[in-house]
Amino acid sequence: MQKIGVFVCWCGSNIAATVDVKAVAQALKNEAGVVFSTDYQYMCSENGQAMIRQAIKEHQLTGIVVCSCSPRMHEATFRKTAVSAGLNPYMVEIANIREQCSWIHKDIAEGTEKAIVLARAAVAKLHKNAPLTAGTSPVTKRALVIGGGIAGIQTALDVADAGFEVDIVEKSPTIGGRMAQLDKTFPTLDCSACILTPKMVEAAQHEKINIISYAELESLSGFVGNFTATIRKKARFIDEDKCSGCGVCTEKCPSRKGLDEFNMKLNKRGAVYIPFAQAIPNVAVIDAEQCLHFRTGKCGLCQKNCSAGAIDFEQKDQLIERKYGAIVVATGFKPIDASAFNEYAYNDSPDVVTSLEFERIMNAAGPTKGQLIRPSDLKHPHEIVVIQCVGSRCTEDKEKGKPYCSKICCMYTAKHAMLVREKYPDVKVHVFYIDARTPGKNFDEFYRRAVEQYDVDYIKGMVGKVAVEGDKLHVQGSDLLNGEQVHINADMVVLATAIEPDPTARSLGTMLTASMDTNDFFTEAHPKLRPVESPPAGIFLSGVAQGPKDIPETVAQAGAAAAKVIGLLCKNELTCNACVAQTNEAICNGCSQCEKVCPYGAITYEDKEIRSPEFRGIRRIATVNEAICQGCGACTVTCPSGAMDLKGFTNSQIMSEVDAICR
Amino acid sequence: MQEMIINRLRELLADGEYAGVIGWAQGETPFDRTPNLFNAEGLDQLRYDSFCGSNLSKYLVQQASKTEKKIIALLKPCDCYSFNQLCTEHRIDRNKVYVIGVGCKGKIDVEKIRKAGIKGITGITEDGDLLKIETMYGEKEISRKDVLLEKCLACKGKEHKCADEVLGESEETCSGDKYAAVRRLEAMTAEERFEFWRGELSKCIRCNACRNVCPACSCIKCVFDNPNSGVQNKAAADDFEESLFHIIRAYHVAGRCTDCGECSRVCPQGIPLHLLNRRIIQDVNELYGDYQAGESIGQRHPLTDFTLEDEEPSVIDTRGGGK
Repeated sequence: MQKIGVFVCWCGSNIAATVDVKAVAQALKNEAGVVFSTDYQYMCSENGQAMIRQAIKEHQLTGIVVCSCSPRMHEATFRKTAVSAGLNPYMVEIANIREQCSWIHKDIAEGTEKAIVLARAAVAKLHKNAPLTAGTSPVTKRALVIGGGIAGIQTALDVADAGFEVDIVEKSPTIGGRMAQLDKTFPTLDCSACILTPKMVEAAQHEKINIISYAELESLSGFVGNFTATIRKKARFIDEDKCSGCGVCTEKCPSRKGLDEFNMKLNKRGAVYIPFAQAIPNVAVIDAEQCLHFRTGKCGLCQKNCSAGAIDFEQKDQLIERKYGAIVVATGFKPIDASAFNEYAYNDSPDVVTSLEFERIMNAAGPTKGQLIRPSDLKHPHEIVVIQCVGSRCTEDKEKGKPYCSKICCMYTAKHAMLVREKYPDVKVHVFYIDARTPGKNFDEFYRRAVEQYDVDYIKGMVGKVAVEGDKLHVQGSDLLNGEQVHINADMVVLATAIEPDPTARSLGTMLTASMDTNDFFTEAHPKLRPVESPPAGIFLSGVAQGPKDIPETVAQAGAAAAKVIGLLCKNELTCNACVAQTNEAICNGCSQCEKVCPYGAITYEDKEIRSPEFRGIRRIATVNEAICQGCGACTVTCPSGAMDLKGFTNSQIMSEVDAICR
Repeated sequence: MQEMIINRLRELLADGEYAGVIGWAQGETPFDRTPNLFNAEGLDQLRYDSFCGSNLSKYLVQQASKTEKKIIALLKPCDCYSFNQLCTEHRIDRNKVYVIGVGCKGKIDVEKIRKAGIKGITGITEDGDLLKIETMYGEKEISRKDVLLEKCLACKGKEHKCADEVLGESEETCSGDKYAAVRRLEAMTAEERFEFWRGELSKCIRCNACRNVCPACSCIKCVFDNPNSGVQNKAAADDFEESLFHIIRAYHVAGRCTDCGECSRVCPQGIPLHLLNRRIIQDVNELYGDYQAGESIGQRHPLTDFTLEDEEPSVIDTRGGGK
């Protein structure tokens, strides 16, 4: 029989306002095995903990129940308290009477009743608790960063600077990501490439960083400190070690039908290409769909002209298997598909462009060499209309747009308007907006400059329709401040499209068992206190994969994620979970179902001699590797005979809790 | 057919290579065929006719592990699925069983004849699709296909999926849509459905026949018999807990149930237990693509298999379950 102490916390008024804590402590005195029960204002305070320690010694308690906040908050605290008084840490149970009780009830009678029930369940479970000992597991001192944009690059640099090896897996042929496509950056208007490419070069030259470009994560197994990743390095048909990046092949290639992804498909590229001048690695890639050699078996001009002999049409996808201690998700974003917004004539006129397309048009390395000309007739535009919130804050039509604010559009629109006005004072720029959202250091000043200094015509209101009329775009919108309809005959229309997570995010999230929100952004372990960690241990979040962000925020978050990774990798070993699965060999059927559902590969089978009332002889039995088991419990619910059980959460402990609740 | 099987078995058992044969013998009542382990001497007692509906595969779990020698099993096409499933779960060592696939043209449910109003049966003879039934009140006739076992109406085909040799011809007896009854239940309101199942399951006398015959229920110790499970006495506590017994059993065999129909066949109270399993099979097929448990050895059933293309849990909402 256990001797149990119950400690009911007020949490100031957080609990005490909706739960009669004294009544709870009093009611629990009558539970079997409870020899001490009390309440206190802040159980987690030094005084509260001292009270627990004293009671354990005075009443020779064998276990304690703390009725307080979620175990995610203070379970560790009270376990340490118990240890310091000589108890096993797993003889502590938390009844969550705050999140599950006081915070969700208004009526004090109801709240109190539920708190008593929850405390009883904890006591019932504690009766079946047994002391547990945790093992340890080693840490592989290498990190994997998924995504080679500015977020991934910054995280990799920070982790590598601390002395740990980092692999960056980038799905496109070069690192750099979206930032490489930008012309200028707000709010300083410095050239994006000028500040990004030094970082790219630094990453490439760093002795601890290994860039695996044109590659994707194929599968992942293991757990924090001990992940095993399989990376598929796609065939680029170029030997990366031989290619010098001279670009001769790209000039000789006779195919000119491929669309240039880097320039948002605004111009054509060869079938063999280097995405952009500063690409890293500076190695060409062959687009097999466009390449004449792959389509007809002929050509091979690139191969004939490559002095390095780097062209390898026989190259196959390569699978790389490596171990990692930590994984960082930095998969970034893409602009949404604007073709759903036909009211803005995006499908009807090439002169209606998205902001990222406009960014390429303005860029010196872009399809127009930085000249502002219309894609349709290459004429210089005189009147440009920008429509903001295209697909952002779109709550009515979830298929078409996103319910969230994409956060960066107000600022990049102000930037575009300013750049146009600066370079071409003859061009009038109108911006239709819902609100101008400019929180951020020097952001509002930037926006004000666009309005006041550059005389950009900001119109509060949305555009109803853009119609193609001859070589003009007839924009019909409303001006809410003046209460009138506005008609503008524009030469170009720019859609400030929403951003969404990269399409690979969802499947990656499933692979990592990382949780995601309904918009496919990765969810953080705690929205305020653990913003760069994903709920599964050892998975970290960097950049827009977690939510819309601008560059300064992305870089800050990338550094924060790196700090978390470093904190993990500098440990030599991690304390394992003591709550691991174990087999009851007398009743295990050896049916292999648990092995199949185990996400960690912790279960294997052995032929063992069994002597039980039901069976004598050699039988196939499941065995759990306790260092690998993470205590998820998938095996216990799969096992039909109940032979698999989770220490600390045994089936009978859970049944006792349910019984106590239903009593 | 029976003669052909016995003759072949005599040949096989002659040199002592096999420990015996699992087949059917005459049971206590005229139309009862009971599972039996035969040796060469006892083969005269072996019966194989239209009343051998029972599935013998589960007996191999015990019998095949008892002996060093191989054992011979007589399996109908549908029994092979259960056999394969048990091999997949390592409950039977495939190398220790010599499977003779026996031909099957559907088995007869004597209860159905009685329910058709034919009482006092003293003998049944088959004449093609016609059954001639001698009764205490004279001779009656009934169409064979009208009195087939429920499981034969969901026949999975005439192919033996695991046989080392096949004796006799088989015919498929499936009567079209095996999910019709499931859909009828699905069309009910939640309250009607609850009433239906309460009505059926309240007949349960907890004789455990369904569990004991079920080839998917092959646990060495069932949770409901395990004093440490915390549910040992629960399942018999009251009629509500008895309902839970059947529902929990259906979940325990989910993904592994081959739809052999033995649970309903043996139920002395006539509860259509197979409908619970079939509902889950229908769900599995709908969510993860068509799947037949026991099709082959080594299959991984959809509920213990995970792919990136799997349905997200939100499917519950899209199918209206979240309301």
